[in-house]
Amino acid sequence: QEKEELIEEWQPEPLVPPVPKDHPALNYNIVSGPPTHIITVNGKECINFASFNFLGLLNNEKVKSAAQASLKKYGVGTCGPRGFYGTFDVHLELEERLAKFMRTEEAIIYSYGFATIASAIPAYSKRGDIVFVDEAACFAIQKGLQASRSNIKLFKHNDMADLERLLKEQETEDQKNPRKARVTRRFIVVEGLYMNTGDICPLPELIKLKYKYKVRIFLEESLSFGVLGEHGRGITEHFGINIDDIDLISANMENSLASIGGFCCGRSFIIDHQRLSGQGYCFSASLPPLLAAAAIEALNIMEDNPDIFQTLRAKCEQIHKALQGISGLKVVGESFSPALHLQLEESCGSRENDVKLLKRVVDYCMNSGIALTQARYLEKEEKCLPPPSIRVVITVEQTEQELDKAASLLKEAAQSVLN
Amino acid sequence: INHIVHNGGLYKRPFNEAFEETPMLVAVLTYVGYGVLTLFGYLRDFMRQWKIEKCQNATEREEQKDFVPLYQDFENFYNRNLYMRIRDSWNRPICSVPGAKVDMMERVSHDYNWTFTYTGRVIKDIINMGSYNYLGFAQNAGACQEAAAKVLSQYGAGVCSTRQEMGNLDKHEELEKLVARFLGVESAMAYGMGFATNSMNIPALVGKGCLILSDELNHASLVLGARLSGATIRIFKHNNMQSLEKLLKDAIVHGQPRTRRPWKKILILVEGIYSMEGSIVRLPEVIALKKKYKSYLYLDEAHSIGALGPSGRGVVEYFGLSPEDVDVMMGTFTKSFGAAGGYIGGKKELIDYLRTYSHSAAYATSMSPPVVEQIITSVKCIMGEDGTTVGKARVQQLAENTRYFRRRLKEMGFIIYGNEDSPVVPLMLYMPAKIGAFGREMLKRNIGVVVVGFPATPIIESRARFCLSAAHTKEMLDTALKEINEVGDLLQLKYSRHRLVPLLDRPFDETTYEETED
Repeated sequence: QEKEELIEEWQPEPLVPPVPKDHPALNYNIVSGPPTHIITVNGKECINFASFNFLGLLNNEKVKSAAQASLKKYGVGTCGPRGFYGTFDVHLELEERLAKFMRTEEAIIYSYGFATIASAIPAYSKRGDIVFVDEAACFAIQKGLQASRSNIKLFKHNDMADLERLLKEQETEDQKNPRKARVTRRFIVVEGLYMNTGDICPLPELIKLKYKYKVRIFLEESLSFGVLGEHGRGITEHFGINIDDIDLISANMENSLASIGGFCCGRSFIIDHQRLSGQGYCFSASLPPLLAAAAIEALNIMEDNPDIFQTLRAKCEQIHKALQGISGLKVVGESFSPALHLQLEESCGSRENDVKLLKRVVDYCMNSGIALTQARYLEKEEKCLPPPSIRVVITVEQTEQELDKAASLLKEAAQSVLN
Repeated sequence: INHIVHNGGLYKRPFNEAFEETPMLVAVLTYVGYGVLTLFGYLRDFMRQWKIEKCQNATEREEQKDFVPLYQDFENFYNRNLYMRIRDSWNRPICSVPGAKVDMMERVSHDYNWTFTYTGRVIKDIINMGSYNYLGFAQNAGACQEAAAKVLSQYGAGVCSTRQEMGNLDKHEELEKLVARFLGVESAMAYGMGFATNSMNIPALVGKGCLILSDELNHASLVLGARLSGATIRIFKHNNMQSLEKLLKDAIVHGQPRTRRPWKKILILVEGIYSMEGSIVRLPEVIALKKKYKSYLYLDEAHSIGALGPSGRGVVEYFGLSPEDVDVMMGTFTKSFGAAGGYIGGKKELIDYLRTYSHSAAYATSMSPPVVEQIITSVKCIMGEDGTTVGKARVQQLAENTRYFRRRLKEMGFIIYGNEDSPVVPLMLYMPAKIGAFGREMLKRNIGVVVVGFPATPIIESRARFCLSAAHTKEMLDTALKEINEVGDLLQLKYSRHRLVPLLDRPFDETTYEETED
């Protein structure tokens, strides 16, 4: 009888709390037409400084015609995961081409960029293993670590001394319990070009630490693939490091390759394991063939025109210099990084107000023909929430005049809004 | 063990679900089979360790030999010794549209499946009983493909930005309104990957202090989403309403485990059709329980949307219920719509909340425009809004194919799991050797099937799984049935002890009564 009363009395919370109508993330920008160099946002035509279309391949005719041919042959969907008649010859070809381009033994493709690193980490690192990860790691890495249930040790962003301190502490722990230490795997997870701060990681020092403390390195190259290095092979080419020294390289094809999905590459010893234990690979439908064909064609273009990387980096340097000295906004990111952040020099107290202020700057620019966006984060879910900022993306298609126009417009906007 | 109308008339039609018990002799022989394989496995490992046999696995780099080993030897025991022997039944590469008939690239192995080489020949016109193509929308010609081609040339293939930043195209808004109308809910939101829809939105809905009640046989994406959310998870027996009710009562009466505080929310996770069993969720009972105990229901219609119901609206329509009773309706576009991606539908507050707080909206790239167009065209076709009756005809064809195929297989004497109306048909194989044999024999006869074993199923219950499609004609089904019959006799797969009397396909004839009058 008491039980009946308890059941009657219990009131659950509502399934979701109501969201205020003016929440900044609720009202999306509506883009009509393709999100290419000239973009129509909310009815206004602007120059696109917000889509990660670094090599301008989104509107490339050759890429589109390769995708059309694939559409005529295969239709749109694959109707199955890789294990059950979802493996097409285009997938096998794309994996071979990626492995050859990155000069590794094997590559594996996922159908969603976020799921790539979020499935790769739990496939190797389990409960009881130790992962050292940078504070500024992106959300996908954080979710992968959470799914793996390993011990996570954060080190300060790009601070090798802090990492070495943590590794030394772990070594002393190991000496107390050598039996356990012999079966505990250790990993370092870093990004080539950090999405949240625009810096690159100091890879040569990491390699030294790897061999000194016997830790494996997982490198996430979503932003640096197709940007850094002489031929666009990423940060290993940029620093001239032997690619076999990195255990696993993961990247998504949604930035430079202007397609959808992601891939991991490395030695067969490591990559083959994901074919049976990568959750996003085994339990999910494979990549639609037209997107795989678009990625292959984009790779062809990257291989045939190796000078676009140099052009892109020159443009990045130009705008980095032009954006210095804006009163009220500071530039965060390396000079050759195509994805920069503009943060407020002085916060006005609360994050909400900062976001509102930046929104006014963005609106000013949008009304005058430059499309920008704020960097969006889930405030309650991030481990180390970056400060609010405006994201500026540089692509190969932007001309020098457009870069100058953007810089001067941002100066004007900062003047009028922040002063 | 058939359950027909009961429970106060909650069911408007008979609910025929059966899971015949494993015959004792078969179970014993299966365990013996696995035992023999394990022994041989140990023997081969021993021989490989002592270099009597060549080790064909990839190995660690010389420079890293003194690192902690990446894989433990035992983890890979199953992989090396059992999976490797029959792995030619999986990952078969195809080179045409995954429709009712498919072309496969021929591959051979000269070293017992350690490596494959492609001969270059293509095996043409294999009857495809493995792809999830329920309504036959996997086509490379026709209205859907033409619309997708037009959108591809206009918009390009990728999007390069997230939904909350610059990736929200007008096409996405169009799609979401259409999906909401199709399902009969207030609003909907679409995502780029079905797996990610579950694993990224369940954590946004529930958190610490909430309770998740999840079915035993839920898909890996639901399990991952539940684990990532941080809520307490309790599992109830597959489709067993008494088990679910007991868990609900205990949860409300006793509260959280140590602190005894009341739970914040209770979320029940079920699927429409379970793809390994072929069973359909007992939705009327689940909804009655949900209302009685004030919990929330999350329904994953990955396989049932488009495949069940008189007009293809899924399991809610199949039972004649109202979509308002289900709090979160989730589904995927991969199976019945021939595209890729997932969606969530529900009340406007729910979708607004997900637009703001879903992990996918903030960090993951939005859907590709030609894929969105394929979904829009196929949904319009199913609803009949494109002016033809093609959609309705396909839904009816699928239902007919399902009933015919299941009846014939049962008559032949195979053990078939699952509900009479589900287009997913698992045929029990049990013994490990038969898994490989069935896959290979059917391929020799030009039929492509899917076989599954451990760990996707319990260790002795390995099965072959057929996925029916509206694109299969009666001739194709008859050919397939003939071959399955042959292979069943060859491999002795007809385990069933309940022989069904074949229906007399004669229409009711009044003259029969006249004769007996005398």
